[in-house]
Amino acid sequence: MSGYRLSSGGRVDRSRALSFSFDGAGYQGFAGDTLASALVASGVTLFGRSFKYHRPRGLLATGVEEPNALVSVDRGPARVTPNVRAPQVSLHEGLVAESQNRWPSLKFDVVSINDRFSALFPAGFYNKTFMWPRSAWEKLYEPVIRRLAGLGDSPVTRDPDHYDATYAHCEVLVVGGGIAGIEAALEAAKMGSRVILIDEQDELGGAALADPALWSTLDALTAQLFAADNITVLTRTTAFGYYHQNFVGASQQLTDHLAPSEAQGPREKLWRIRAGEVVLAQGAIERPLVFNGNDVPGVMLASAGRTLALRYGVAVGRAVVIMAAHDSGWRDALALIEAGVHVAAIVDIRTVVPADLADAARAAGIALHLGSAITAVAGRHAVKGVTVAAGGTGPAHKIACDAVLMAGGWTPSVHLWSQAKGSLVWNEAWGTYLPGKPQEKCRVVGAGAGAWHFGSGAITSVLPNSLPVSRQKAFVDFQNDVKARDIQLAVQEGFRSIEHIKRYTTNGMATDQGKTSNLNALQIASGVLGRPVTEIGLTTFRPPYTPQTFGALMGHHKDALFQPVRKSVIDDWATAQGAVFENVANWRRARYFPKGGEDMDAAVARECRAVRQSVGIFDASTLGKIEVVGPDAAEFLNRMYTNPWKALQPGRCRYGLLLREDGFITDDGVSARMADDRFHLTTTTGGAPRVLGMMEDYLQTEWSDLDVWLTSTTEQWAVIALQGPRARDVIASLVGGIDLSPEAFPHMAVREGTIAGVPTRLFRVSFTGELGFEINVPASEGRKVWEAIFDAGQPYGITPYGTETMHVLRAEKGFIIVGQDTDGTMTPGDMGLDWAVGKKKPDFVGKRSLARPEMTRKGRKQFIGLLTEDPQELLEEGAQVVTNPDAPIPVPMIGHVTSSYHSATLGRTIALAVIADGRARIGETIFVPMADKVIRAKVTAPMFYDPEGSRLND
Amino acid sequence: MILIHCPYCEEDRPEVEFTYGGEAHIARPLDPSALTDSEWEGYLYIRSNTRGLHAERWRHAHGCARFFNAVRDTVSDRFEVTYKTGEARPAKITQTGGAA
Amino acid sequence: MKRFSGLNLIAEAMNGHKGWPEHWPEKAPKPAYDVIIIGGGGHGLGAAYYLAAKYGITNVAVIEKGWIGGGNGGRNTTIIRSNYLYDESAHLYDHAVKMWDGLSQELNYNVMYSKRGVLMLAHNIHDIQSFKRHIHANRLNGVDNEWLTPEECKAYCPPLDISPNARHPVLGGALQRRGGTARHDTVIWGYARGAVARGVDIIQNCAVTGIRRGPDGAVLGVDTEKGFIGAKKIGVSAAGNTSVVMDMAGLRFPLESYPLQALVSEPVKPIFPCVVMSNTVHAYISQSDKGELVIGAGTDQYVSYSQRGALHIIEHTLAAICEIFPIFTRMRMLRSWGGIVDVTPDRSPILGKTPVAGLYVNCGWGTGGFKATPGAADLLAYTIAHDAPNAINAAFNLDRFRTGRFIDEAAAAAVAH
Repeated sequence: MSGYRLSSGGRVDRSRALSFSFDGAGYQGFAGDTLASALVASGVTLFGRSFKYHRPRGLLATGVEEPNALVSVDRGPARVTPNVRAPQVSLHEGLVAESQNRWPSLKFDVVSINDRFSALFPAGFYNKTFMWPRSAWEKLYEPVIRRLAGLGDSPVTRDPDHYDATYAHCEVLVVGGGIAGIEAALEAAKMGSRVILIDEQDELGGAALADPALWSTLDALTAQLFAADNITVLTRTTAFGYYHQNFVGASQQLTDHLAPSEAQGPREKLWRIRAGEVVLAQGAIERPLVFNGNDVPGVMLASAGRTLALRYGVAVGRAVVIMAAHDSGWRDALALIEAGVHVAAIVDIRTVVPADLADAARAAGIALHLGSAITAVAGRHAVKGVTVAAGGTGPAHKIACDAVLMAGGWTPSVHLWSQAKGSLVWNEAWGTYLPGKPQEKCRVVGAGAGAWHFGSGAITSVLPNSLPVSRQKAFVDFQNDVKARDIQLAVQEGFRSIEHIKRYTTNGMATDQGKTSNLNALQIASGVLGRPVTEIGLTTFRPPYTPQTFGALMGHHKDALFQPVRKSVIDDWATAQGAVFENVANWRRARYFPKGGEDMDAAVARECRAVRQSVGIFDASTLGKIEVVGPDAAEFLNRMYTNPWKALQPGRCRYGLLLREDGFITDDGVSARMADDRFHLTTTTGGAPRVLGMMEDYLQTEWSDLDVWLTSTTEQWAVIALQGPRARDVIASLVGGIDLSPEAFPHMAVREGTIAGVPTRLFRVSFTGELGFEINVPASEGRKVWEAIFDAGQPYGITPYGTETMHVLRAEKGFIIVGQDTDGTMTPGDMGLDWAVGKKKPDFVGKRSLARPEMTRKGRKQFIGLLTEDPQELLEEGAQVVTNPDAPIPVPMIGHVTSSYHSATLGRTIALAVIADGRARIGETIFVPMADKVIRAKVTAPMFYDPEGSRLND
Repeated sequence: MILIHCPYCEEDRPEVEFTYGGEAHIARPLDPSALTDSEWEGYLYIRSNTRGLHAERWRHAHGCARFFNAVRDTVSDRFEVTYKTGEARPAKITQTGGAA
Repeated sequence: MKRFSGLNLIAEAMNGHKGWPEHWPEKAPKPAYDVIIIGGGGHGLGAAYYLAAKYGITNVAVIEKGWIGGGNGGRNTTIIRSNYLYDESAHLYDHAVKMWDGLSQELNYNVMYSKRGVLMLAHNIHDIQSFKRHIHANRLNGVDNEWLTPEECKAYCPPLDISPNARHPVLGGALQRRGGTARHDTVIWGYARGAVARGVDIIQNCAVTGIRRGPDGAVLGVDTEKGFIGAKKIGVSAAGNTSVVMDMAGLRFPLESYPLQALVSEPVKPIFPCVVMSNTVHAYISQSDKGELVIGAGTDQYVSYSQRGALHIIEHTLAAICEIFPIFTRMRMLRSWGGIVDVTPDRSPILGKTPVAGLYVNCGWGTGGFKATPGAADLLAYTIAHDAPNAINAAFNLDRFRTGRFIDEAAAAAVAH
């Protein structure tokens, strides 16, 4: 037993006892405690095991900087959170916490054997070994290293909690709710600004919470704060990242401080705050001292000892020794005495300290050891005493104690300041970096700016000791087990920049990100190198300030909201029909409509036959649609597409092919001229936003002389494709105002009229090779028209079909699908689409690129058909095509299969491919080597059905 | 998230409303067929990639949908100015650092 | 160079580790070198190493404006794979993967190459077609890559959610078993130590301010913060800063530099056995030997040298990761950072000669440079030594942007229709 609850004092509510457990043992604390304060009050010294050597470790700090006391908090099934800092866990009734990185128990950890052999594991040891035999790294060494590393266990089940996220705006954002921050917020609020004040603790006050003399001031200030209606106060909120132009990310804890039974609503909330000005009032973090034995449980920061006593009413021990290099340690000692904690001695590395402090300490009965240092700490799981030597190397004597408090000076929290690219200026007197010039509209107030009242101190690296540093257990980074000797070794091995030292030793890379270790490492490196600290550099401060939950950072973007699914107005109908869907871009589309236990092949074969023999109905609403309007609309399209558009008559449609400026096909679609100055464009399903963006780009920035307007109408129109020899018969009774006869309404024409009483743009187009219509109606009427057509089609056995059937039918006709048969490297010539390129046009997007040497080269891949020798053999899409299957690896490949299907119409398989010199190879046999066999196929024209197109024109 | 002043909307809006459009003031040649392959390559691909003040295009995609130009310091990501398509790059910030 | 081994480690442990020498001593630049490499990342240091170790040119200096490994070499997600589609890419990246195997022994420095497998997830039919195309092409090129069913994906990577009801369900995956990770810093240090042991000078904190050329146009050397340094040949391996360096030689490049962010979680016990990438959901993840989940995604949208990215990119990246691995929502991001990646129009690197005699370039690796480190370094060294590219990197020339002979891996992934 070491720590205990003081009989009075602190801000805890002694009337509300709370039960909790740690490693299965039951404990009690009070409302207002943290897990750390309640455990210390219960006499617990051992909180965890270090990362590398598995050394026993106690509490070091009472704030975010805590490197040792990491626990897993268990809030029920699937609600275990690893690596939580015990001093930041608010105590609640029934809290369950477990220690980490130990087996089988915290007190007896088998892996602590590492510590016995720690001489074998200095910084960078793994670079130097585990290389023999060669295969053993992956089979033996790495798995062992991995098991020993890590801290807590990852959750293994889906998190039932949810997370919130919001944006906020303010004129002034104050980060840090200590007195300096509160005063800054009040001042800003008086100017009429909207102010947000955020603080990471349960209650406002910062360091003042550990200073009862300030409590009345604090109460008065917070009362003003809450009275102001233009100040938003967010507690339990951490500003973790400072991004461009005063954009600050903050995460608010909403429920973890409550018992699980009381927790409702989201667990955390992400605040994305855009502030006119940011005031950083984050205070300062105390520096540990680096000396032999400084990691024995019970050695902690003086500020932690003070906070435990004055804020939580907990004594860290019955006999406390202070190891100081700074005046603040003396003030803490006096405060502890006043709170009723026995301070046995103050050891200070300095020979001279301010007389008032020395006098007061003497008067309080504290033994003083000036010009001295602790050279050893007795105890393994708890401090039992210290050895103190004058000057560190002089005569030594032992002092019995059960806690040691370190006062090594202060490091301002410049993390956010530095993330905002504010400059840092080294202050030699304080041995620390202070904020210099801002780059954003930002300032630092309070201790974070070096405006502190803790007195002064000596800047030290390693405390003097007669033992060589290599034999001292003098830790710099507690969690990652980086000792002073490791920093020395890194320098000895030629690592001189602090970035190299950090990476070689892992100093500052633990979950505390060096909050207590970075400055000490710099000082030690500076000493070893004999160079000023400023020449060694400073590691970059990166977000987040403290670790942040993935869930909070993803906010609402999970499951269906990760990327909202786009659904057409026919989607519900298809769902009711039992359709199987596929994702295409952000849309979901019906892939096929199985009936009576059909598999996909059977359903697709049935759907294909229906279209070829009678009529099928297909939801084409996902096609991109753009309305192009204006006197120069035809000229604009003429410049964009490869095809000529100016001669296209109103009421006629044209297949349009769109290239990128590099000459490669990027999109296609059938478009209609509705009037002289109006076109109805269609694009591929996935290509719509890209095509519109591209067109707007040319229109706005290159051809602003053209009088044209572009409007996305993708979601304005529902598109019902009705395909098959009976298509006309189905809609004959529904259509008004349009003569459907082939003479009046030929293939590739468009008419306006009504269908089922709804205005329509009726296209006579086909992506199947059959007589077909694409019926555009306002989306709001789409479902109604769909059902009307479906009803009218019943006498003809109208069959709904999905994308898979659409693919098969178009493949039988050799119609390409951009993105499947093309891949961003194919030209119109490659795809046999030269007919769609306006030869007489002086220019269009991509034309010049088609004249580049590579594009006119012989041997380019060309689009062709493949028929396997075995008509039932289905080629795999993506399979490679070769001319010599017996060639040794690497086997020369001439192309690949882009599309491959069973064709019910033809009673065999068909495939499309792009292969080098494909059109010249028609009639040849090529080979498709699979892992287990070679498939022979004949090259054909990419057209398997009705090559004359007679069915289209019926 | 950078804050961008749309010269059409005359408002500072967050980056997520905008799409980046690459380097500015690279006009499409009026007669591409007159260009050599190297000149065409220059238009298509060669970019200043300036470390320093960089003239670039943005589109207020989720706002007015207009393209506009900007000069931004690519080291600090700070915008010096934004201006409408067709306007010349402001003279006072024509110097560039690094690659020109 | 004192040899690294378990035995020497034990011997040194007895000796307080006092016998380990400097990896790379500080050097003042000589007046001139046969070859100067601009850029002290893995590619540049590796090129210096291979010039000395393989091609017999030891009078070499690596000039770095900051500290070695301070660029993308020290800030990447360490993924190694070679299952690229086009022959040229497959051969280039597989050259590197073959060199990764055995690199620890070659350098006598444990670079921790771990063939834990890279699994690329297919989420839609288009992905399946594309991955199958890769798998078949890879097989015929002698590069391992195999198709896994969703259940096999789950077995290979247990944290994976293969629920068919997911927003982007897993329909399968392409696994390259030889893919994996290595420890990025040790690659840098291993090459530096090996190069120095073979006579190479490493000059840090020495920014190049100019490239001098003679009347015939050929390079004469570089002006630096530490004065002029002569060189017969100069290799530029400056990643995101290539445009700036090339400008000094009067060359304009088809490159743009974008911010690329990555992040790690707090360390946890082993939970994630491989590398998983998803192009559709847009994120990738592995677990480091320390236990951190290492996570990356796409670039920010604008050209930048700030090494700083935006929060919404991080938000999207984590949403993507948790979409595929919903068990990780309670994990916490420990650190995020930004790098600068130089991107070419076809997303493939430029590795070869330049129009300036004696000036060679290795750039344009975009987000994929780490995996290529040994291969790119070797090929840059070869090209400098022979004043001509190796067959493996010949296609990765500058001329392809004029002719249109792209090696367009990005286009090959195409887009859903």
